[in-house]
Amino acid sequence: MAETLAWEGRGETPLLSVNHVKTYFDVTKGLFSKKQIVKAVDDVSFSIGEGETYGLVGESGCGKSTLGRTLVQIYPVTEGKIFYKGRDIDTLKKADRKEFTREVQMIFQDPYASLNPRMTVGEIIKEPMEIHKILDSSEQREERAAELLKLVGLKPDHIRRYPHEFSGGQRQRISIARTMALNPRFIICDEPISALDVSIQAQIINLLKEIQDETGISYLFVAHDLSMVNYISDRIGVMYLGHLVEEGKADDVYSNPIHPYTKALLSAIPIPDPDVARERKRIQLEGELPTPLNPPAGCPFKGRCPVATEECGKNRPELKDYGGHKAACFHV
Amino acid sequence: MALLDVKNLTVDFNTDQGVVHAVRDISFSVGESEAVGIVGESGSGKSVTMYSVMGLLASNGGIKEGSVVFNGKEITEKSYPSHKAYEAQMSAIRGNEMAMIFQDPMTFLNPVVKIGKQITEVIKNHNKVSDGEAKERAVTLMGQVGIPSPGERFNQYPHEFSGGMRQRIIIAMALANSPKLIIADEPTTALDVTIQAQVLELIKEMKDQLNSSVIMITHDLGVVASVCDRIIIMYGGKIVEEGDTREIFYEPRHPYTMGLLRCVHNPEKKEKLTPIPGSPPDLLKPPAGCPFVDRCSEAMRICKTQMPPASRYSKTHTCSCWLEEARRRKEENHG
Repeated sequence: MAETLAWEGRGETPLLSVNHVKTYFDVTKGLFSKKQIVKAVDDVSFSIGEGETYGLVGESGCGKSTLGRTLVQIYPVTEGKIFYKGRDIDTLKKADRKEFTREVQMIFQDPYASLNPRMTVGEIIKEPMEIHKILDSSEQREERAAELLKLVGLKPDHIRRYPHEFSGGQRQRISIARTMALNPRFIICDEPISALDVSIQAQIINLLKEIQDETGISYLFVAHDLSMVNYISDRIGVMYLGHLVEEGKADDVYSNPIHPYTKALLSAIPIPDPDVARERKRIQLEGELPTPLNPPAGCPFKGRCPVATEECGKNRPELKDYGGHKAACFHV
Repeated sequence: MALLDVKNLTVDFNTDQGVVHAVRDISFSVGESEAVGIVGESGSGKSVTMYSVMGLLASNGGIKEGSVVFNGKEITEKSYPSHKAYEAQMSAIRGNEMAMIFQDPMTFLNPVVKIGKQITEVIKNHNKVSDGEAKERAVTLMGQVGIPSPGERFNQYPHEFSGGMRQRIIIAMALANSPKLIIADEPTTALDVTIQAQVLELIKEMKDQLNSSVIMITHDLGVVASVCDRIIIMYGGKIVEEGDTREIFYEPRHPYTMGLLRCVHNPEKKEKLTPIPGSPPDLLKPPAGCPFVDRCSEAMRICKTQMPPASRYSKTHTCSCWLEEARRRKEENHG
């Protein structure tokens, strides 16, 4: 069990806990060149409880998607441990591994790329059931697929159609149905709505919420849009350049951000209200995310931070607990 | 007089499946130094409208009817004797009096040509200047849009710039000839929030400096709220509502506008999101009546068969909805 983490989410113990995980990529070009390492995820720890939604936000290149993919073992962990139901996922035995791969699922950003165009919707939804030998016969699986289509708000007779016959929002519903076919306990949603129109985004978000209310499933919701994350999440973690810089209850992070990066991120959200939007003071961040290839020493945010001092350049601030709300900054 | 005046514009596309009626009889105008937002979802016709104004429609599409008057000149192809004459006129206007900022800077920039050369090209195309003068102007522009050490970056290639920096280059190119009208098609959709805020701020600043008009095409109500003076809401190839920004946000009339406002999360208020059910109409077979009828919770029988007329509420605010039309007639009878 993850011994160092105090647990304050929902449920008795965390469903999933991530313990000092690092995901590095070796991008050295050529045989004799200097070794170049991209530190996409650099020492991140957090936990997610049963029935909880954990929102992970940050700009592109901050490592949020890499972290999500590391959790389902698309990328290997370089260092650190990931525990699912208290067991290290790297050392799972065959039966446990099968259970893990069934219970932990993923929904991707691009509903056009994540469905096989040559398979019918029915085949797409039935495939994971066949792999995991859920239900006994093809007929039963077909029946289940029709049920799942109803669950996600499509019609059972859509089962014989192909993905190209559906709009982006409907395709995302199909990927949710495929995911749900395995009765998962935990879904990693990697920017599931950012490719969709505004009027459709709310449909998908509400569908995910309904499924959670019914099944008590947990989500890791990866996104760059803080306002939607705030809407769906119980807790939020903010990532910057591979590090978790702030974490807390969604409302706390949203209303009382501690880290200067979170403050800037929040002030940059476009608010759909002209009076508020025009009166609001934006914290303009200078520059852009530095590359994780040569991350700066000290605090990763120091180059863009409005309150950075000399200390920030020397040491990296640890994530400190301020009554359930954590932040990694010297100037709190 | 308005800078841009679009009347009864209808745009069709020929496809394998049949004719797509992308824009259906819309009229609007944009005044001098005004910022107008055109808001709608994918397939609403918002981008097609502006592409047809610029004369940049794909070869299978064309303006079927209507007129576009820019700066006192008619700029639809049918009013020119030949395609060549039309193209010559448009080439003189585009990049000069009328400039465009695109969504994805990487598809707009040539990856094998240095940034500096791409900017000076725009300047030299429309002005008789020497190479030295063009370079000087390009470097100044790059500085103005916030590119650090523009002198050095002048000789770099697009891939050496980040997404936000590339969008700044696009803006620099758009501004190169101090255009009267800047058309921005989803200029910040591909960018991160903090960069989006920077770019929006930059567009606002530049607009004020040059006194240009801006048309901002977007699906994001949050973006138009802070930038635009007036908003046009498009749906299914039609303009369904139009008004100044406060009217659209605080007194929306059309059920689609109201629905749109309810399904964007305003973090300042804790409200449940109410999605609009269903999906937009298929413009291969556009509905005879109101395009929103299938998703509207208050649709009546007449909505299916007849397009509602535009009812006017103020000098700036109009809305095309039978509910509103009925309400307005009732009020007129009573008062």
